[in-house]
Amino acid sequence: MSTIAIIDYGMGNLHSIAKAVERVAGNTRVRISADPATILAADRVVFPGVGGIGHTMQELARTGLGDVAREVAGSKPMLCICVGMQALFERSEENGGTPCLGLIGGAVRRFAEGMSGADGQALKVPHMGWNQVRQQEHPLWEGIAQDSRFYFVHSYYTQPADSALVVGRADYGGVFCCALARENLFAVQFHPEKSQHAGLALLGNFSRWDGG
Amino acid sequence: MPLAKRIIPCLDVDAGRVVKGVKFVDIRDAGDPVEIARRYDAEGADELTFLDITASHEQRDTMVHVVEQVAGEVFIPLTVGGGIRELSDIRRMLNAGADKVAINTAAVSNPEFVRAAAERFGSQCIVVAIDAKQVDDGAQSGQPRWEIFTHGGRKPTGLDAIEWARKMADYGAGEILLTSMDRDGTRNGFDLALTRVVSDAVDVPVIASGGVGKLDDLADGVIAGGADAVLAASIFHFGEYSIAEAKRTLAARAIEVRL
Repeated sequence: MSTIAIIDYGMGNLHSIAKAVERVAGNTRVRISADPATILAADRVVFPGVGGIGHTMQELARTGLGDVAREVAGSKPMLCICVGMQALFERSEENGGTPCLGLIGGAVRRFAEGMSGADGQALKVPHMGWNQVRQQEHPLWEGIAQDSRFYFVHSYYTQPADSALVVGRADYGGVFCCALARENLFAVQFHPEKSQHAGLALLGNFSRWDGG
Repeated sequence: MPLAKRIIPCLDVDAGRVVKGVKFVDIRDAGDPVEIARRYDAEGADELTFLDITASHEQRDTMVHVVEQVAGEVFIPLTVGGGIRELSDIRRMLNAGADKVAINTAAVSNPEFVRAAAERFGSQCIVVAIDAKQVDDGAQSGQPRWEIFTHGGRKPTGLDAIEWARKMADYGAGEILLTSMDRDGTRNGFDLALTRVVSDAVDVPVIASGGVGKLDDLADGVIAGGADAVLAASIFHFGEYSIAEAKRTLAARAIEVRL
């Protein structure tokens, strides 16, 4: 029996992620936890996030779970979701400029105002809904068709300094990085727990991933 | 690779059962919410919206259980509206597994509530539901006008729908759920003029609602109305059309959908 810990730093509902992982991970115990020892003892860790980055970073600092996330990022298979992905970067434009964990070089930027799509229609922000993801080879995409749609809801996107880390791209007024990987770390801007079959497949792959 | 337009079946829930009122009066029972949610998910619904129309406060707990059950089985976004008045109501629904809450009357009586909710939980989970009725068709004035109504369309507020939508987006609404009270339950299609002016007026996504009677109405909401998502209830509940058929209709009219 392996264990997947979902880091609980008080931001949003983690129930959906836990339920989705339980649905697809065989022989796995899922723990929603704010306890560093429990998180560090798990075989795999999910680092979720919703809401504003300012409050996220405050809570990560206040609870000490930012340091726990740092330690996990250097040691075991870790899946970062949405604001959890953004928090890995050096800084974000959100909330008047927010320093983040600095585990990945680069910044988090806001979608430009007044963007329009190929049909001339205005593109709304937040980028909300099902968009296609162009995958680059990685074990977590296994069994998921190229260009499958995943559910996004965000106004900010990541811009890694090292484009070699990008393993998924989506297009919204321009191509942006929506999935990145570095060794044991995999981070996505979309919500796999809300992305039906494709999302569940990704979570299933993560539950079996050895981080290589 | 554009973003897909969303089809959102709406489940009106009264004391734990899915119902659909025609013009908010004649309520027909349509079944078990968990079972219906499962069916819509299997047919390819992009999101689900639950509107709690339960009158009594005590029975609101029923809705929490419905959301918990659905969220444990269906892995697409869930929105819950109806009776969301306090930050604690939002927390309760999000903890039960909702991804977004729709705020209607409470936004009208206290706009600051929307701001506080967006600050606390993030704009991504705050939908402001707007019930609008045309008060001037523009034939004489050249300027059609819609006004906001609350309490199931019974209470006028004097608020202009376009200005109100803009204000709510400024206050932090991440999405606008726009219902035409003139069309709701009529099956004559969305109020496309209303949908278009509101969609053009705000930067956040707009969900068109009220009046869908056939599948082409959904496509019209996107093409003529400029909606980012379309919501319908009765055409799906009674098995007239499936979500999959709706998607094929949109795709046939060159609208990007998730198939």
